[in-house]
Amino acid sequence: MVKKTPEINASSTADIAFLLLAFFLATTTMNVDSGLYRRLPPYQPDNTEAPKYAKRNILQVLVNRNNQLAINGELADVSTLKDRTIEFILNPNNNEELPQKEVKTIELFGPVEVSKGIVSLQSDKGTSYEMYIAVQDQLTAAYSEMRNMKANEKWGKNFDQLTTEQQDAVKAVIPMAISEAEPKNIGGK
Amino acid sequence: MAKFKKGGKKETPAISTASLPDIVFMLLFFFMVATTMREVSLMVDNTMPAATQTIKLEKKSLVSNIYVGKPTSAWQGAYGTEPRIQLNDRFATLQELQAFVAAEREARKEEDRNSITNNLKVDRTVTMGIVTDIKQELRKANSLRINYGSIKKIGNN
Repeated sequence: MVKKTPEINASSTADIAFLLLAFFLATTTMNVDSGLYRRLPPYQPDNTEAPKYAKRNILQVLVNRNNQLAINGELADVSTLKDRTIEFILNPNNNEELPQKEVKTIELFGPVEVSKGIVSLQSDKGTSYEMYIAVQDQLTAAYSEMRNMKANEKWGKNFDQLTTEQQDAVKAVIPMAISEAEPKNIGGK
Repeated sequence: MAKFKKGGKKETPAISTASLPDIVFMLLFFFMVATTMREVSLMVDNTMPAATQTIKLEKKSLVSNIYVGKPTSAWQGAYGTEPRIQLNDRFATLQELQAFVAAEREARKEEDRNSITNNLKVDRTVTMGIVTDIKQELRKANSLRINYGSIKKIGNN
């Protein structure tokens, strides 16, 4: 006669599983990478000449190695950069000093005025990365605010609630034009 | 007519806990799948700056990470305190960056090769010189999508 083996007590599996669970709970970092997305311009050999733009179409943003910000040659605080950029790009009063506008036909919008303004960002090699990100952040904020404005005018919704086609149309009306000049090396390193 | 039993005082039976392990296992599997273990051990200080306009990086498989920062104290003896680039598990020079980009491209499927995003995880104390050099190298390697890694800052504007 074969003796029946007694059933193994399974009541502790719960405890074991809880232990494992606790381990994974403790070690999990569900951090999602986030940041400011940019697209670099393709590489150009040194001898190619930079295209020329009219002075009124350029907003010159300079950050020096002491982390000071200058907009069109005047010292300014980072927090003012967003409003300055919006005013510059939109040029609401058609000021002679601010960028020209070009009428373009864009899908879903029809003929609209598109600003020719370009933000030219120049940083020094000694500029701290934190300051650089703060500036980039302000510029991104300016563009996203303008895009939200256009989206609200047209569809009564914020930019991120639009469909992809609508977003593309808004992007065409407010193109993100941030140009980064070749770095200067004044501060060294 | 149905007969209703009036059983007097009946003790409520104990709730069976037999399914408890199953529930816990389910949770366990969820966390095991959702967890992403950090693949590289950081050899540089890496406190990223904060920004308000951050967007999340979709598709983790298409992101290649470039770490920049001061070597951590364990590595300062050998590598000094100047900011350095870390690729995968070792320190790298600027010249190696193009080879790294090529290797990252090679590791992806052919249709994904042009949509790799370079995630620049740069320490906030680093100066722009090294960042600009990296950007120049990336342009030369024709890998143009970049992401300035930063933490979401919650606050006004």
